[in-house]
Amino acid sequence: MLVLAFAAPVSAADPPYFVTYTHHMEEPGALELALENLAGRPQAGERFLGSLLEVEYGVKGWWTTEFYFSGQGTRNDSTLFTGYRWENRFRPLMGEHWINPVLYVEFANLSGADKTMKEVVGFDSQFKQNTPNAEARVEKKREIETKLILSSNFKGWNLSENLIAEKNLANEPWEFGYAVGVARPLALKASPRPCRVCTENFRAGVEFYGGLGTRHEFGLRDTSHYVAPTVSLELPGGTTFQISPGFGITSASHRFLLRFGVAYELPGLGRYLRRLYR
Amino acid sequence: MGSRLRYIVPVMAAACILCLARGSTHGKTGMSGSWLKNVPLHAGTRTNPYAQDQDALAAGAKLFQRHCSSCHGKDANGTGRVPPVHSVTVKSASPGALFWLLRNGLLRRGMPSWSRLPDEQRWQIVTYLQSIQDR
Repeated sequence: MLVLAFAAPVSAADPPYFVTYTHHMEEPGALELALENLAGRPQAGERFLGSLLEVEYGVKGWWTTEFYFSGQGTRNDSTLFTGYRWENRFRPLMGEHWINPVLYVEFANLSGADKTMKEVVGFDSQFKQNTPNAEARVEKKREIETKLILSSNFKGWNLSENLIAEKNLANEPWEFGYAVGVARPLALKASPRPCRVCTENFRAGVEFYGGLGTRHEFGLRDTSHYVAPTVSLELPGGTTFQISPGFGITSASHRFLLRFGVAYELPGLGRYLRRLYR
Repeated sequence: MGSRLRYIVPVMAAACILCLARGSTHGKTGMSGSWLKNVPLHAGTRTNPYAQDQDALAAGAKLFQRHCSSCHGKDANGTGRVPPVHSVTVKSASPGALFWLLRNGLLRRGMPSWSRLPDEQRWQIVTYLQSIQDR
């Protein structure tokens, strides 16, 4: 808490995506705390709210590490902790290019009751989320997830594509998925005056994401896909608010999902800790 | 379905290898001497569309405080191991070279890439950086 109180906030200026990753890494020594929520309702099920607490740290300019702690609450059922994820992102190219690749590796230890839908892979569908929590939590999912992230910036626009491959370590086949996002700030030039709710602080875009089946049944049949407009407001104090309504476009998809979140970025945590232990 | 994977996996692997190979080439040039030596000629000769623009100067000062001051200090004199912005290297750099530095960063030395900012805002920061060199 002492660290939070003394650190000066910073702005990240990241695109407003919830699912899609870009090539922008956390600044070295900076820590970002975020809370992301997902509200939804399966067609034959109860409303739920999945939540992710995210702790992101910039280890190097080319390496970012991140922990997620997830939980969910389902109406007329229960609220529970569903597990954690640890992800690492590496930027192999040191400069900026037309297409910037990032390699992503994640280990997840989740229960079957997880409803955060941080990514959609394989045959993930709304019907899987009808299972009561007491039954779903018994299933343990220890997964390795890899992503090839390709991202470009052009004239203020960001275009990012993620190819996802996920493997449940309990002898299940590889599952595949994708996420694509395009976004830009509402104003490209900054105004000379300080401002909080002005166009330069808003970013808007749209995400597309979905599953691509498994190693044995690769393709689009019976998979779920979403299109999700998204917008963020980044205040000069280092706080970012984000919201994204998502619309399912296949019968396996949820009809509607609402994602919303808040993030706070603290720079110089690494320097502060070094000084503390010197 | 397996036949489609037979093509996708090698294409993804080839893309990764190509990217890594290009990265290693870039790394060799990026580690030698001052960053100024690495600025491509066409990037270094670009002119600042907002040079002498007072609004851009004020906007650049605002952007510097927001994105850069946490490392380089509010007065741009540096903090800890982060170098000051008042320096011979920055003073001798062309606007295009500073713009290139903001876009690419020096990832191995801890300077992040600011390609996430639109070109217009990076030029506004360049206007501010050049204005404080004479103070």
